[in-house]
Amino acid sequence: MSAAGNAVLVEDLVKRFGSFTAVDHVSFAARRGEVLGFLGPNGAGKSTIIRILCALLRPSAGRVLVAGLDVARDAEAVRAHIGYMSQRFSLYDDLTAVENLRFFGGMYRVRAAELRQRIAWAVEMAGLRGRETELVGTLAGGWKQRLALGCAVLHRPPIVFLDEPTSGVDPVSRRDFWQLIHQMAAGGVTVFVSTHYMDEAGYCHRLALLDRGRLVALGTPAELKQTAMRGALLHVECPPSPQALTALEGAPGVLEAAIFGDGFHVVVAEAEPALRALPPYLAARGVPCRAIARIPPSLEDVFVQRVGRAPAEARA
Amino acid sequence: MDAAIAVDELTKRFAGGTTAVDGLSFAVAPGELFGLVGPDGAGKTTTMRLLAGVMTPDTGSARIAGHDVVRDPEGVKRAISYMPQRFGLYEDLTVDENIRFYADLFGVPRREREAQAERLLAASGMAGFRDRLAGQLSGGMKQKLGLTCALVHRPRVLLLDEPTTGVDPVSRRELWRILYELVAQGVTVLASTAYLDEAERCHRLALLHRGRLLLCDTPGRLKAEMPGAVVAVTAPAPGTVRDALAGLPGITSLLLVGDGVHVVVDDGDRRAAEIRERLRTAGVEFAAAVPVAPTIEDLFVASVGAPAEGAS
Amino acid sequence: MSRRRLLAIARKELIQVRRDPRSLLIALLMPVLLMGLLGYGARLDARHLPVWTFDRDGSQESQALLHRVRASPYFDLVGTVDRYDALAAAIDDNRCKLGLVLPPDFSRRLRSGEAVTVQALVDATDDNTANLAIGYAETVVDGFSADVRLDWVRRQGLPDLAAAPPLSIEARTWYNEDLDSRNFIIPGVVALAMALVGALLSSLTVAREWERGTMEQLASTPVTAPEIMLGKLLPYFLIGMADAALCIVIGVGWFQVPFRGTVGTLLVATALFLIVTLTVAFTISVAIRSQLGASQIAIIVTLLPFNMLSGFAFPIDQMPAPIRAVTYLVWGRYYLTVLKAVLLKGSALADVAAPMLAMAAYAVVVGVLATRVFRKSLD
Repeated sequence: MSAAGNAVLVEDLVKRFGSFTAVDHVSFAARRGEVLGFLGPNGAGKSTIIRILCALLRPSAGRVLVAGLDVARDAEAVRAHIGYMSQRFSLYDDLTAVENLRFFGGMYRVRAAELRQRIAWAVEMAGLRGRETELVGTLAGGWKQRLALGCAVLHRPPIVFLDEPTSGVDPVSRRDFWQLIHQMAAGGVTVFVSTHYMDEAGYCHRLALLDRGRLVALGTPAELKQTAMRGALLHVECPPSPQALTALEGAPGVLEAAIFGDGFHVVVAEAEPALRALPPYLAARGVPCRAIARIPPSLEDVFVQRVGRAPAEARA
Repeated sequence: MDAAIAVDELTKRFAGGTTAVDGLSFAVAPGELFGLVGPDGAGKTTTMRLLAGVMTPDTGSARIAGHDVVRDPEGVKRAISYMPQRFGLYEDLTVDENIRFYADLFGVPRREREAQAERLLAASGMAGFRDRLAGQLSGGMKQKLGLTCALVHRPRVLLLDEPTTGVDPVSRRELWRILYELVAQGVTVLASTAYLDEAERCHRLALLHRGRLLLCDTPGRLKAEMPGAVVAVTAPAPGTVRDALAGLPGITSLLLVGDGVHVVVDDGDRRAAEIRERLRTAGVEFAAAVPVAPTIEDLFVASVGAPAEGAS
Repeated sequence: MSRRRLLAIARKELIQVRRDPRSLLIALLMPVLLMGLLGYGARLDARHLPVWTFDRDGSQESQALLHRVRASPYFDLVGTVDRYDALAAAIDDNRCKLGLVLPPDFSRRLRSGEAVTVQALVDATDDNTANLAIGYAETVVDGFSADVRLDWVRRQGLPDLAAAPPLSIEARTWYNEDLDSRNFIIPGVVALAMALVGALLSSLTVAREWERGTMEQLASTPVTAPEIMLGKLLPYFLIGMADAALCIVIGVGWFQVPFRGTVGTLLVATALFLIVTLTVAFTISVAIRSQLGASQIAIIVTLLPFNMLSGFAFPIDQMPAPIRAVTYLVWGRYYLTVLKAVLLKGSALADVAAPMLAMAAYAVVVGVLATRVFRKSLD
């Protein structure tokens, strides 16, 4: 790794498939022990970037250093330094947990003596002690997920890539999984995660928001909520009728309004004036307003605002 | 007013011993946007299939739009629309051909089909795509086409199985907007989702876990009645926060997040103050420690119980 | 049953076939290909078999026999040798299929009224051809033998009556006068092409809906299972009939297979055959929810028995009794009977009532089975 402590360095990365630009001049760096999240809609380029970082694809332009190695020149060496957990866990359903671990240990060429110890650790970490000889196909999502993580880090890689690691896993297991990730990170492992669960993005130290191959925002969740969001978010509690929506959208200082449960989420230019002005404005139009308060934006609010209209529509 | 959907002790078991749906009972009022919420394996899809009449329950019953699902499944099918997770679009048929196919299956007269199609396609911005093969549409558009096919015969009840799974947040908001409009027109919508944060958008929701009903109420009341509270501590070194708070009374669990720690406590305001005190004493740097509104996920985790061991 | 829903299903199916290049290839190209390949390539009879001879006698009589062989359409006399091992070598090298050896005492024994044996060496690596060659050789020799016998009787001065056989058999082959095996094979190819097209296309239809996930949504609409079944099979029925017409036109027009019967009978028989084949393939498609699996099983259940047991390639009456019993289950057998009867014999409907009824009964049974198996439920 470079002296600056950057486990991964991406400079002006471009990837084209024919005439289609999947990754468009993306730059960022990740430090040791950092959990970096890739957020973005399908087709934003998350998987492509991860595959380039794993040296599975070659960049069309730009420089990518992983653990100090250039992915374009030293692909094989890069792959020895990373662990990859794919979306569908890539476990063999008709093998047992231990057989899967042995298989991946062989793939990563972990030495025999060390492998035994690592397998024991992985079984413990996954909570599968006493169940190692059960077929993986019979395990529930949460266990498979942790086992898959174990398989991916048998060779103690300094950098780990997780592609949608929590799809199909129940919330309790998901939380446990993230605690595990944080433990690993505390031990110095750099973790890249791609996800489209907005609420999970909050588990990451930093977030990279991707849209149509471009890096739209980069920062901690708190930074993104503060700086990336234009205006302030209010929760207006009133009957969520179409008339109310129209009234709100036309109100002064209102940038955006959307129905949300038993009320509306309204983005206003400035919080204080809106808090004062909206209730009477709505009342005058026959919309009784029960309550109104400023709420912190969620990452989804940030995302929606930055990415804007569904990008797929523009392409279709 | 009669419930649009009334489910009574619905049970479905599968070969191998799994009970996918276990004595489920709930009711949906007409014109309501009702959410069936729960993680994968909770029984959402099976429940939907039972209500749509494509599977038969082992015991229990359900009435939808005035028809009994067990005794009159075909009556149910005429009155409702069901959009499964893999919605039934034919990729090698055009948008128009798909709409016409479903309209014919429901016996919609041609003129009405034309009027409905035009209206629905215009509303979803797809008016210019009528001759496009369905397979060539983007994910979001496919979904809107699926909805259009489902709505062409003006069903009274709409069953949607995980309509937003895998869809990007922007398209997800669009979809919810469409659902709200439908509900405003008097359609009853029952939608299932695994995204717990989406549950907040429903008028009422039922939280499912392993085939059983955990909770059923409006999001506001559910959160208000949640036992305990969550204190969000924002700090640069979450690990040290966790260590410093060890042994503090009133803490149910700790959750490390990206920029801090979420502490589940029994009394929000009181414990928040205590947490701040403890952190200051321990010399741990933190930006804030304030009670925050619990999310549906917090609710779920609290209801389901202790997390699996071996984690932290 | 709602005609509108049925037509909606049929229309959708037709559009999908039209837009799927593989389906189109199977439906349009394959029958023509099969007709061409098998029509030209498959011969069950043999002509112009190369023969080499070793005449150890070299007499007028031996030459007379060889002359007969030369004149026969089945043989081409391509070589003569004067050593035994040369003959064997010629067979080994595949330069001839049959070797005839006439013994040195051929004419002497013939004149003295003793029996003579002509030796035939045959290359039996191809069993079929070997049998045919021997058969033809026997025919030729028998003919020569009969003439010799008659001649001897006359020379003895015996009355013809005593020595000449009281009965003579004049063989005349009916319906396929040239014994042209093509007239026998082409009808089989017509049925084969239809069976292939019908089975392949129809077996994919329901499995495809399961695989793509559209079946679930279909099940939730008011359409009924019989409507789905009939609607899906209708386009394939039309395609199958069109293919049959195409193949028959090629067979009659190009290969000059005679057409002596009525079109109506042919139509009914073809329709019945198609209905059974399609329904069987459809049932397979319902039971096996993967396209790959369904098509493979369909081929095994429809095509394999047709090839082996319908009388297409191997005569049924030559089969051992238990196998013959099994052939009653192969519906292709009935269709072939009717097809050949209509094309070659000019049979009317009444003449082929039995196989027609068999097919009709088959269709009913298979149809009922299909409606039992196909349910609009995910259970």
